[in-house]
Amino acid sequence: MTAATTRVLRYAVMTVLALLFVLPLVWMISTSLKTEAQTLVVPPTFWPTDPQWANYVAVWSLIPQFLYNSVKLAVLNVVGLLFVASLAGYAFGRINFPGRDLAFALLLASAILPGIVYLLPQYLLFLDIGWIDTHYPLWVPRVLTPVIGTFLLRQSFRTIPQELEDAARLDGCSTFQIYWRVMLPQVKPALAAVGILTFLESWNDLFGPLIFLNSEHLQTLPVALALFQGEFFTQLNLLMAAATVSVVPVLVLFFAAQRYFIQGITMDGLKG
Amino acid sequence: MAVQAPWRTPAPPGTAAPTRPRWTRRQVVEGWVFILPVVVGILAFQLVPVLVSVYASFTNWTGLSSPRFIGLGNYLRMPSDPLFVSTVVNTLYFSIGYIPLSIVIGLVLALLCHGKLRGMRVFRTAFFVPYVVNIVAVSLVWFWFYAPTQGVINGMLSTVGVQGPEWLTDPVWAMPAVILVSVWQGVGYPMIVLLGGLQGIPTSLVEAATIDGASPLRRLWSVTLPLLSPQLFFLTITQTIASFQIFGIIFVMTEGGPAGATTVYIYYLYQNAFAFGRMGYASALAMVLFAFIGLITFIQWRLQRRWVFYD
Repeated sequence: MTAATTRVLRYAVMTVLALLFVLPLVWMISTSLKTEAQTLVVPPTFWPTDPQWANYVAVWSLIPQFLYNSVKLAVLNVVGLLFVASLAGYAFGRINFPGRDLAFALLLASAILPGIVYLLPQYLLFLDIGWIDTHYPLWVPRVLTPVIGTFLLRQSFRTIPQELEDAARLDGCSTFQIYWRVMLPQVKPALAAVGILTFLESWNDLFGPLIFLNSEHLQTLPVALALFQGEFFTQLNLLMAAATVSVVPVLVLFFAAQRYFIQGITMDGLKG
Repeated sequence: MAVQAPWRTPAPPGTAAPTRPRWTRRQVVEGWVFILPVVVGILAFQLVPVLVSVYASFTNWTGLSSPRFIGLGNYLRMPSDPLFVSTVVNTLYFSIGYIPLSIVIGLVLALLCHGKLRGMRVFRTAFFVPYVVNIVAVSLVWFWFYAPTQGVINGMLSTVGVQGPEWLTDPVWAMPAVILVSVWQGVGYPMIVLLGGLQGIPTSLVEAATIDGASPLRRLWSVTLPLLSPQLFFLTITQTIASFQIFGIIFVMTEGGPAGATTVYIYYLYQNAFAFGRMGYASALAMVLFAFIGLITFIQWRLQRRWVFYD
């Protein structure tokens, strides 16, 4: 086989596979633009003949509260976690103090606990302090236990030359000022990677809201979608429009920040 | 360190300088203040809850009543609980399907996506994008893909004259259907990890094997795979742990059915805790899962010496 035929063959295989991979998502979007009658045609047709943008208008009136809750939690999680994880990452990476290595070992050890082991007692704790059916359980624990984020940021802080810190110290900066003004701008790529992973975790979380929330007006998009499934069982077009709305922000973020996202995943646990 | 703590008198000439690390008061205070939120968080939200969970697993706590200590009762009950046994079997079924498929297909995709080729970014994105989509949207879409008559899959099968099964409502086909969705969604992760590994392999090694006359398959087996073994090892551990905790797809697509065919361990645990009011039993189930994950990870760790190759 010549190099050219191998190349063509490889393209062909990859194109077929790529089409298979995106098919479900394309179907989701195409169905969201169909009329109700068209979704019931057997065998199914793929493209809507007459795109029904009104489906999105109909869905839009149902989701503002869920969208708001999802956005609010994502912002609290990302901002809070980046602050807490970068503070700790800076201290673990660049300050020398007694107990540091022990505390870091504790942090790494907690990474191997499966979530379910502490989820049930967390539920009890929140029941006790009145946090059930509030948004606190969906951001406070995550923000205060940023294990992977702290680890990744620590690695990043350690690569910055000491001279930068010394110069700022001579200029009379306090440690917090050094961290905030000098060091944080140096680790922007790592911050982006951790921020994106945190956003995804918060945005796509199903288990947390399911367990900790009862009131419908507090629910996030994934749970609302699951609720819609019962409500609009026969209105597949509306269901798929709602699903599309929940997916679009993630796709936009993914395309904009693909590099950091993949970086975050590959750094996760593989590099010492 | 050039900075000398001011209160320390200089060592008399001729004696060795003290070598143990010294801390300034400021470093101690600042260090601990900076890590305080994380330390408090891990103690309050992870380590203490785990201890509570250990205790709860020895009680008959319902979530509402005050718990009563019942010793090993919850643990002794498991072997005779038919649902416990069948959910363990279902979880292993899922794992045995999911782990090798996701790693092997991830490897194939990584090999295809490795190297410079026009439009490669588009292909990588296509394979990876399901990974970032939320599990409820994924499950809803596939739920309709699998629909017996107006579903896309059976629609396509019927055009070639094949009568497809009733996927999610057929006890035989429900689990394979769930595995297929999970692999479709999750395979981007092993692909990216292995792609990272492939990019770390020096091209000179592969070229040397080519010059020695090794066939592509031979090069893959004798050069590439051994050099990818750290990544493959990492994936067998993380994919195993992930497969034991599959929940979202089951919750939205099958609710454990039909006839319990897809009731996996975590789903049963969730039911016990939040539907059946058996918090104590659910805690014991969580402990067993934790122990099992620990055991499997330990075994994989021991086995790595036989096949993982670090240069």
